[in-house]
Amino acid sequence: MTVFNPRISFDAAPWRLSGVVYGTLLNDRAAMAAIGEAANQPPYKAAPKAPVLYVKPRNTLSNSGAAVEVPSDAGEFEIGAALGLVFGRTACRVSEADAIAHLAGYTLVADFSVPHDSFYRPSVRFKARDGSCVFGQRVVACERITSPDTLALRVSVDGQVVHTASNASMQRSVARLIAEVADFMTLRAGDVLLLGVAAGAPRARAGQRFVIESDAPELGRIEGSLVSEVKSQERAA
Amino acid sequence: MKTARIAYGGALHDATPHADGVRLADGRVVAETDVVWLPPFEVGTIIALGLNYADHVKELSKELTVTSKDEPLVFLKGPGALIGHRGFTRRPNDTTFMHYECELAVVIGATAKNVTRADAMKHVAGYTACNDYAIRDYLENWYRPNLRVKNRDTCTVLGPWFVDAADVPDPHALGLRTLVNGKVTQHGNTANMINDIPALIEYLSSFMTLQAGDVILTGTPDGVVNVNIGDEVITEIDGIGRLVNTIVGDAVFGR
Repeated sequence: MTVFNPRISFDAAPWRLSGVVYGTLLNDRAAMAAIGEAANQPPYKAAPKAPVLYVKPRNTLSNSGAAVEVPSDAGEFEIGAALGLVFGRTACRVSEADAIAHLAGYTLVADFSVPHDSFYRPSVRFKARDGSCVFGQRVVACERITSPDTLALRVSVDGQVVHTASNASMQRSVARLIAEVADFMTLRAGDVLLLGVAAGAPRARAGQRFVIESDAPELGRIEGSLVSEVKSQERAA
Repeated sequence: MKTARIAYGGALHDATPHADGVRLADGRVVAETDVVWLPPFEVGTIIALGLNYADHVKELSKELTVTSKDEPLVFLKGPGALIGHRGFTRRPNDTTFMHYECELAVVIGATAKNVTRADAMKHVAGYTACNDYAIRDYLENWYRPNLRVKNRDTCTVLGPWFVDAADVPDPHALGLRTLVNGKVTQHGNTANMINDIPALIEYLSSFMTLQAGDVILTGTPDGVVNVNIGDEVITEIDGIGRLVNTIVGDAVFGR
């Protein structure tokens, strides 16, 4: 059964998530480097200048412990481990220096995608699958995560570490990303912006279990299982 | 039935049309210009279509590398972009090409997953008019149209009315048009959608669960032109509504 609301409340304003979640594509320098010269060729024609964002809509939202359905047309799901920036107050036109003051804190997010090689079109069919955005168990105040920009994230599948990455490889830091995004769209209390998924995100199949952890124990972990998609009609939320 | 959500006298209200303006549920009748119009329903996921009218595809064909036979071009938006009828939309000073898009907005009324074309229309609660602005100066070819083009504060206008599906016998035979300062600059008919409403619901629900309150912005016909500060832009759909919006500049926002 797919869960449609992140059940996270926490001990600081705004006390709970709004359900609005934006992801950031290709913030990792290594992910951009992997595209190489193709970034200058059609259809892209140039590397992106502004942050490239996507929406994880409400049907994607789920919580640690969930059984994540792997789409039957995909076979595999890519497990994108990301630091979630949880807004504590409205962020509109904020400077880089003031950006982090707009956060309530951080949470871990597992952003599942159907693997895709082309980033030309918005790829909603690959990014907006039911239950494909799994939230960690808690939101941790900014003061307790002193180095979000060097945080290491680790993905395990069936008990084996299959991917490690550090936010140190992000092109835009937490503060820089907030400043650039809040210049053209307002983020409100309870909204979440994902800093970005590192290059080489691992893939897994139905029947496997996953765990996402960081080197900040306060953030806890996300765990869950991957299961085959249920092709039922009109299931209730 | 047509309903609106408005703010008046310090509270939010449901309202219905009245010869002298709008009628609040509590009986008060107020002039249309004396209320603040909000999007006319509780908006869930905002799903938008690009290139869903054959003539618009032709209009943009010089810069496109796709054809109308491709998978529907779908993108998502967040709630911060939304405003209601008679609202104000910001045109940044550094912009050279900002255009409206008159679109039929289809509001989902029942949970839909793996719905067939034949069953699709049962999941529609109703309709409203949409003006979904784009600022082409910010186009980049990564997840295009990128959010910096299509998810800007004040740039997605919905309303004035939510119209029950039962009152729209054929949503694929509606004339739609845009007027800039009273002059018609865009006109078309929902009959010319490349992917019609059942096709869109079938496609979308094949990979994501649609829920009541989700809205599908079904795309715009050709005839998009630049708008400037001070312009009054009216997007109008026959039987659905006449949605008024005014373009304002950076100065209003202290920029």
